[in-house]
Amino acid sequence: MKHSTLLGICTLAASMLAASSAFAQDASPASSRTLETVKSRGTLICGVIGTSPGFSLPDSQGVMRGIDADQCRAVAAATLGDAEKVQWVLLAPQQRFTALQSGEVDVLFANVTWTMTRESQLGLQFPSIYYYDGQAFMVKKALGVNSALELDGASICMLTGGTSELTVQEYFSANNMTYTPVVLSEGEEARAAFLADRCDVYTIDSSSLAGFKASQGEAGEDFVILPERMTAEPLGGVVRKGDERWFDIVRWTHYTLVNAEILGIESGNVESFMDSEDPRIRRFLGMEGELGATLGLSNDFSKTVISQVGNFGEVWARNVVGVDRGYNNVWTKGGLQYAPPFR
Amino acid sequence: MRSASKSNRRPIAGAADLRSLALQAALVLGIVALAWFLIDTTLANLRARGITTGFAFLFRPINMPIAHSWLEFVPGIHTYARALLIGILNTLTVSFIVIVAATVAGTLIGIARLSPNWLLARVCGAYVEMIRNVPVLLQLVFWYQMLLQLPSPRNAITVVEGLYISNRGIRYPTLIEAQGGGLALGAFALGCAVLVALVYLRNRFGSERLKSRSFLPAGVLLLAIGPAAVLYLSGTRISPDVPELRGFNFVGGSSLAPELSALVIGLSIYASAFVAEIVRAGILGVPKGQWEAAESLGLSRVKTLRKIVLPQALRIIVPPLTSEYLGITKNSSLAVAVGYPDLVAIVNTMISDTGQAVEGIAIIMAAFLTISLAVSALMNWYNRSVALVTR
Repeated sequence: MKHSTLLGICTLAASMLAASSAFAQDASPASSRTLETVKSRGTLICGVIGTSPGFSLPDSQGVMRGIDADQCRAVAAATLGDAEKVQWVLLAPQQRFTALQSGEVDVLFANVTWTMTRESQLGLQFPSIYYYDGQAFMVKKALGVNSALELDGASICMLTGGTSELTVQEYFSANNMTYTPVVLSEGEEARAAFLADRCDVYTIDSSSLAGFKASQGEAGEDFVILPERMTAEPLGGVVRKGDERWFDIVRWTHYTLVNAEILGIESGNVESFMDSEDPRIRRFLGMEGELGATLGLSNDFSKTVISQVGNFGEVWARNVVGVDRGYNNVWTKGGLQYAPPFR
Repeated sequence: MRSASKSNRRPIAGAADLRSLALQAALVLGIVALAWFLIDTTLANLRARGITTGFAFLFRPINMPIAHSWLEFVPGIHTYARALLIGILNTLTVSFIVIVAATVAGTLIGIARLSPNWLLARVCGAYVEMIRNVPVLLQLVFWYQMLLQLPSPRNAITVVEGLYISNRGIRYPTLIEAQGGGLALGAFALGCAVLVALVYLRNRFGSERLKSRSFLPAGVLLLAIGPAAVLYLSGTRISPDVPELRGFNFVGGSSLAPELSALVIGLSIYASAFVAEIVRAGILGVPKGQWEAAESLGLSRVKTLRKIVLPQALRIIVPPLTSEYLGITKNSSLAVAVGYPDLVAIVNTMISDTGQAVEGIAIIMAAFLTISLAVSALMNWYNRSVALVTR
């Protein structure tokens, strides 16, 4: 009896040791471990918000739609050759970093604003900016408010877990105004509270406001997004630090989308470029050189991405409704989206 | 012969003791080693991933807004630590209100469920079964949505002039004082303390005649005259602050936000169903003979309950009630679902601001552990005071 207890304790201790040494191994940086994991698993695990119209929201068929969703698809196409091999993990704003840090997801496309502390303190890295955004206010037209400076005394619905609480506070104290915060943890709840008139104002990134407005159909006409942008919110994909190769892959997948738009290559016409004489295009599509192979991908990964997901303009047009492209256009058309040379 | 057998037995007993001691020591060591290993691995992993650790952030200012606070909180000036304290106070506020409300309502419902009145008993039975079998989170969201369906401030329900109900909450008038309000409050608190001390002294040392006399008139006088005198002497002028509709919302007075209301209503109703069952079990646990004896003495049903049954039932009620109170305290963390800034909601914002999730969760755990242990200690103390003392 006693011996078996002792034996049990020993076994337990041994298994703990084994388990913790496995944890310890996990901590050691190894190059492109994420890519190996993704390849052997056969799917890309992508963290998205999942309730964010225009970014990631399932449609009536249950298919995840939005810019974030298509960024995930592009990475899956680049790494696995199939844009549909994505496993979605839905994350509330305050869970998303923990999920990435702990390895629960391979990459995060979840309306994340690129900030300094997120890179310097959280062990995260931002390979790309796929949306130049800014936090804005939305009010009901009936209030007759035309500027954010008229919002003194308003109740404001906002989401916890992101930067919006802090941004509102900074904006209001800078302009010597007061407000009542109504801070909710889920986008659906915050929007429901705004619709029920619990607050006068709903604040989040202007892109999400536009998505929400569009999702309301006719009723969306009753809302107005105020012109002020309180912050610059560059939304980026996020990966863990310590896997530089994986960082490269996510970054250059985004540049593939942008470069394709700049070169005029679309999902519909990519085949017609296959006999192009232009060395830029030949390199880009993997007919010349070893660009894809240097990332540990197939040499024609960009062709796969473009034919399955489209270029950046297609992704935008498919998902963003009612927002002027502005900064988010490619640089050749006056925007900020720019791809370094594929050479 | 005798001493030989004694000396023979002793080493055997000693060996058994030693063995069990060694075993327990090994177990404790194993647990300590496990804890050390887990903490060490976590820290090593956090370091390896370049994630900042430590509690230094607590003393940095935070720029978050807090909707409901007992303490002054200026975002951008006050620290994370102060926000945390406000979160704990908010959690305690909700827990306290809900514990009182659920205890009162639950006791009444539990008694009513045993009533000889068929309809009353059945209605209370249905209430208990319905409420305690629906998840509490669902109930909270339900009440919050209900409160949001109230009219907007511009169409607010006017209960009386100055008291308005809208989907922004209940707005009521308050008194504001130029100065000396704190003194009056102090005088009131002092009056309360004196009164409690007097009643205690009377019950402890007073004669039978003194005990039978009520202190109520004297108490009211003490509590009313004291603060009034202080206010008069300090020359304070008090003016009412009546809410009025201006701009987006009511201005002036004070308000009870729908977030807090939904949380208190939802949790109280949920917990009251459990308290009702505990009270019913306690009453049924008192031997039937007690009822019969009381009846044969000619005591009414109410008197029997108050004087005979409930005091005995209390002994059965208190231990399970303690766990119910602990449950209430922990359920208050569901506040985050309806936007009330309790401890968990505030720590959530801290986590997203600093990214230090491990520290944040550790703070929540430590705070709840402390609160729960305090509630438990308080109830155990109360339990000892009502428990049957065997001499």
